[in-house]
Amino acid sequence: MKYFPLVLANLGRHKRRTFLTIASVALALFLFASLRTVVTTIGLAAQFGSARRLVVTNATGIVFPLPLSYANRLRAVPGIEAVSWANWFGGRYGDGKRFFANFAVDAESYLAMYPEIVLPPEQRAAWLQDKSSAIIGRRLLDVFGWRLGQNVTLQGTIFAGDWTFTILGVYTPSDAVLNDDMLLFHHALLDERIGRAGIAGWYVVEIDHPDHAAAIAKAIDDLFRNSSAPTKTGTEQAFNASFATMWGNVSLLMNTIGMAVVFAILLVTANAMMMSARERTGEVAVLKTIGFTDRRLFGLVMLEAGFITLTGAALGLGGAKLFYKGTNFNAAGFLPGFDVTGGTLAVGAAIALLLMIASGLFPALRAARLPVVEALRRVE
Amino acid sequence: MKIPILYNVRSVLQRPVSTALTALGVALVVAVFIGMLALANGFRAALARTGSDRNVLVLRKGADSELSSGLSREAASILAASLHVAAGADGRPLLSPEVYVLIPLAKRFDTTQVANVVVRGISNQAWSVRSKVQIVEGRKPESGRSEICLGTRIVLRFPNTAIGESLRFAGRDWTVVCHFTAAGSAFESEIWGENEQFMPVFRGQVFQSITFRLRDPAAFEEAKRALQDDKRITVDAHRESTFYVEQSQLLGRILRILAILITSIMAVGAVFGAVNTMYAAVAARAPEIAVLLTLGFHPRSVLASFLIESAIIAGIGGALGCLFALPINGIVTSTTNWASFSEIAFSFRVTPGLLLAGLLFAVVMGVLGGFFPARRAARVPVVQAIR
Repeated sequence: MKYFPLVLANLGRHKRRTFLTIASVALALFLFASLRTVVTTIGLAAQFGSARRLVVTNATGIVFPLPLSYANRLRAVPGIEAVSWANWFGGRYGDGKRFFANFAVDAESYLAMYPEIVLPPEQRAAWLQDKSSAIIGRRLLDVFGWRLGQNVTLQGTIFAGDWTFTILGVYTPSDAVLNDDMLLFHHALLDERIGRAGIAGWYVVEIDHPDHAAAIAKAIDDLFRNSSAPTKTGTEQAFNASFATMWGNVSLLMNTIGMAVVFAILLVTANAMMMSARERTGEVAVLKTIGFTDRRLFGLVMLEAGFITLTGAALGLGGAKLFYKGTNFNAAGFLPGFDVTGGTLAVGAAIALLLMIASGLFPALRAARLPVVEALRRVE
Repeated sequence: MKIPILYNVRSVLQRPVSTALTALGVALVVAVFIGMLALANGFRAALARTGSDRNVLVLRKGADSELSSGLSREAASILAASLHVAAGADGRPLLSPEVYVLIPLAKRFDTTQVANVVVRGISNQAWSVRSKVQIVEGRKPESGRSEICLGTRIVLRFPNTAIGESLRFAGRDWTVVCHFTAAGSAFESEIWGENEQFMPVFRGQVFQSITFRLRDPAAFEEAKRALQDDKRITVDAHRESTFYVEQSQLLGRILRILAILITSIMAVGAVFGAVNTMYAAVAARAPEIAVLLTLGFHPRSVLASFLIESAIIAGIGGALGCLFALPINGIVTSTTNWASFSEIAFSFRVTPGLLLAGLLFAVVMGVLGGFFPARRAARVPVVQAIR
């Protein structure tokens, strides 16, 4: 450690270069952390779901509804403790540019099914009482500037017409993966306005034990096999995972870019380290003459490289963590729970160490192996 | 007087490692830039090619996609009688009332991955209404049979799609009788069959969209007004080409913003690299520069000369980046278009314009990175440097 001042002095000799190199490393790791967080967030969304919840959809495809009459038959299946249902509404607000999810749900059973949707008790009671009211995620308050008690009108795209709801509740998700920008309203209202069509988009059922999931799913599908609308039942997690795969090769894309970013920055740092080393040939020779061992000189150059890459990494990774936390970023609702994970920080730190070795090794070896006499000849 | 460019070229060659590292850094940025925009371009192009200017797509009023729309048989016959619909060679209106649904299909290479695929029930006229659609293998599905025709992009990605094989969906087996192409458009990611066959198995007696050929392509506005004012039906009329372009906007915009964000952050890093390299070059060549200035070269020429040098290094990087990015041209990838909720396969599109933009981007990085070092070069104190 006593050589630290020497390393600092070396770094300080080209302040601009040191600063720019650290800044490039910081930017690269910021970018790396951002890209990797996209991948981890999608992965997290794919794993979201209670092991005790199953989702029942129409076997023909998610876009086809199921009869509302299935609710009672589902309740009778052994092992099912609660049943709720929801319907994708697909309403647009204003010019429709800011997309957000809105569902018609069977309010009381849905809230009971999803304790992750945290709603103050008095708001919960108010919402359950008023069939024309809705609850919204906290984020929508900021996005559209809505207030509690306000009327908002959505244009139906699937269910035509203008739909006006009174906002009687604002929920906060207890799990960050759950969207905090949904609008939920009463399925009963939807059913009434579309002429009691008696349809539900999908059912969510709560089962008595996660181990029974496969057996109960099979029992449900068998029950409706020969009816007009056969079902496909799976765990909530599988349901969410199927949405995550819809992104296609996004992980591959993000990882490829991440690699390119890291490699590009390796080139910048390696170049900077090599330039510094070359300029200091004479100095190194002097140090050797006054008794610095080869090993120590090797260490000094490595320490210098390490200082640059690790400082850059701390700035870039820390910056990414704070930035996304501070701005509450969620990619306009597409990536809820966007947060740089500990794993990402660790990988980023490992990359910084690799960068240190890759960029410092060559100049460090050069310094260690420098033939003193020859080098001194060039010293003015 | 200008300093010959040869001087810069030779100087660059004097320090090959440093030049190569800097150029490679720029090359990676340019490659990512081109790659991401090629992705966005490919996606946009697939949807832009889907529609035709001469066709009108009719949806239920307020529906923003074919999936959310619904039109009755009555609406279809009212439209068929409209004066704005062109007539085919057989004298019948060129109009196709269509069933549009999504079904889950497991992918060929990873059966745990399920994609939402468009199933489109068409009338026999659809083949004439959509002139870009070409059957490349097999024959058209016959009316009244459970036969389907697949877009070529479906064939590659899903199992049981060869001619003669059968796909199972909606509780029935459907025999594949032909494959079609559609100029690289989103139709190539669809399954087509007869509308009358699909109606009973999917959503009953309802069409999702009606597409017809305009009698007079210039009279779109007139046709639109006539349809929307018709009291018997509540519909929106869209020009088919604009409709599909709009469907690409959500994801297209996200891809573009991502491309620009990522590459600009990367570019800052690369510019910093160029700055370092150029400062080092200027410092190492201070005596040389002093000689140039003594010889009578104007400081402005020195500035220009170093800017050019930096631009040359970055330009080499840009050219390399273009080379790196070229092989991705044509690679097929797929993603869900969130505007229609269906999966679309499309190819990366590296266009000459995009390559040029990449090169330009590189040169801009070089000039930006070279500016301050070049200014320093122009201001080299002659006497001190030459000592």
